[in-house]
Amino acid sequence: MTETVQIEESDSWLEAFEALEHADKDSPTWLIPFRKAGLAQYAKTGLPTLRDEDWRFTNIDPIRKTAFRPTLAPGILEAAMLDGIPYPLKTGNAARLVFLDGHFQRELSDMSKLPQNVTSLSMKDAVAREDLRLDQHLGQYTYHHDNPFAALNAAFFQDGFYLNIPKNLQIETPLHIIHLSSGNDAQASFARFFIRAGEFSKCTILESHHALSEGIYLNAPTTEFVVENEANIEHIKIQDESKQAFHLASVYAHVGRAAQFHSHYLNMGGRISRNNIRTKLNGEGLECVLNGLYLADGDQLSDNHMIVDHSKPHCDSHEYFNGILDDKARGVFHGRILVQQIAQKTDAKQTNKNLLLSNDATADTKPQLEIYADDVKCTHGATIGQLDDEAIYYLRTRGVPKVVAQQMLVHAFAGEIIDRIHHELIREELDEVVWTRLEKFAHFQNVSTT
Amino acid sequence: MSNKSLLRINNLQAGVEGRTILKGINLEINAGEVHAIMGPNGSGKSTLASVIAGREGYEILGGEIEFRGEDLMDMEADERAHLGLFLAFQYPVEIPGVNTTYFLKSAINETRKARGEKELDAVEFLKFIKSKAKLLDLPEDFLKRSLNVGFSGGEKKRNEIFQMAALEPVMAVLDETDSGLDIDALKVVANGVNQLRGPESAQLVITHYQRLLDYIVPDVVHVLHDGRIIKTGPKELAHELEDKGYDWVIKEAEQPA
Repeated sequence: MTETVQIEESDSWLEAFEALEHADKDSPTWLIPFRKAGLAQYAKTGLPTLRDEDWRFTNIDPIRKTAFRPTLAPGILEAAMLDGIPYPLKTGNAARLVFLDGHFQRELSDMSKLPQNVTSLSMKDAVAREDLRLDQHLGQYTYHHDNPFAALNAAFFQDGFYLNIPKNLQIETPLHIIHLSSGNDAQASFARFFIRAGEFSKCTILESHHALSEGIYLNAPTTEFVVENEANIEHIKIQDESKQAFHLASVYAHVGRAAQFHSHYLNMGGRISRNNIRTKLNGEGLECVLNGLYLADGDQLSDNHMIVDHSKPHCDSHEYFNGILDDKARGVFHGRILVQQIAQKTDAKQTNKNLLLSNDATADTKPQLEIYADDVKCTHGATIGQLDDEAIYYLRTRGVPKVVAQQMLVHAFAGEIIDRIHHELIREELDEVVWTRLEKFAHFQNVSTT
Repeated sequence: MSNKSLLRINNLQAGVEGRTILKGINLEINAGEVHAIMGPNGSGKSTLASVIAGREGYEILGGEIEFRGEDLMDMEADERAHLGLFLAFQYPVEIPGVNTTYFLKSAINETRKARGEKELDAVEFLKFIKSKAKLLDLPEDFLKRSLNVGFSGGEKKRNEIFQMAALEPVMAVLDETDSGLDIDALKVVANGVNQLRGPESAQLVITHYQRLLDYIVPDVVHVLHDGRIIKTGPKELAHELEDKGYDWVIKEAEQPA
């Protein structure tokens, strides 16, 4: 219905790219074709419409109508601005990486807690280091044909972070990536994160996105994980953007034999937000867990879109996504488990549950199985419902007031997801963050005490 | 026996979805008494329990319910609980993700708050409920588990009685608490109820069978049929009903006086 305007809106990105090419004279030679490939992919498809099967529930017209400008030059963040983040994530002595509008903030970051033999540097520095051979690694496992925002990220990313954890290294302290958006209208950020976990290594990575003001901006980060054989990565991504903002994130993971990749998602902010998650299970006996909770109220739309590709036998994958939707909010879930012919003995499970707290909230859910092997165990299911009146009555007969009873049930629903986070401190903090947010929902403001 | 009236039900008529189920119930229970309500299936026993406890969805068509001198009709289920009313469910609800300890602490402290008593802190609370849990022979880890989740039928009923013991109600209504219990579980449940008996409290035991009443001995037995109490008698009435069934009482009630 909106295709006619596509040519027009493409222009602002194409123009921005010309400006970037002029400014970007010092780039390594491989980076220009890398960017151009991203832009070409974007130019081929344009921004998606509702006719696009992968985007049929997520209307991005408000993004299409805004002429965003990529943030090419780094801004400067003052330390005090970090205090302005609505809640402090007190993750012990985490190593801290701070970004503003996609640009690394060295002064505010603290990598001293990372072991010496970890290679960690800003993406801007990393692409310039020939010995890291990013020309061969960056984007090796990404693909953009179904995701123009990842294509735009490839075209426009300026900075981000590169982390290479050597073989056998188990990092106890979590790494916290804090991405802040200035929140200026029409500003677009494209941070790029590349994380490689060597064989038998282990690390917890917390990635959180926050806004410094409530403007209409776009944040489209891309995160690539390469999880080598028997490595163990726990990734926790928190999205708490401005309620006016657009957050279109892409996560790609390439997982090796007997590795563990657990990736958790907590989506709270953004007018339109989406996690586009693609995991390739590329070694036998590995485990991949995608576990997400989305809270949305007002006119927010929260979308989680994932494809789990079982390319080797004997792998387990689980996707659990719960949504709590109030007011006129919309939740979208699309999960596809793809089991290749070779991937015998796959054990895959996928559930999406939606709790609607108002009559106007809606949820669209599309769990899919695509199976080419014949000896597999795959289950999927989805529910959309309200709070259980019988349970509320039961609690009330024991003296629990109605609003507290409702909160208990909502908390329990959120807890199903939060409890899967292994890192205890982060789990407890998130529980609190979620709870504080839910208490602000209109549903709990309006519930009479009777 | 004290003559202080705790529960007074006067000509109560109630129904659901346009169907009248209770057609004029009169019942008075004094402090210190145990009453039993027996009756065949469909006589309105569970409806009576629900209306006393304050379940939403029932239409009150007439009459009054007073508890401790207060009109219950305008009170929500939780307010009735705060006033000292407890309903043990026929089918206790499983609530995944709601931890039993967390739930009980909220229930007890909300009740204490409503009564103007000091809330229990974590240490006092744990000590308190552990002493109550011992009485009911519940699995050790049940306090850490989700409310009723994965419990057997018998465990659920014991959990009801445990919650009752912890909430120390002035009056407990037991809705077919004996259904699905083996004899050992029945004794445990009865023991829990009997511990609550005292000059200031009362119990209303709703049951289909006389079996439970061997262990919780009632002072008064009522027969409920077609939404009315058609006969009231001493505890021996329960045995008579067990031996002869309900038909003779129903026939007797249908004779013009």
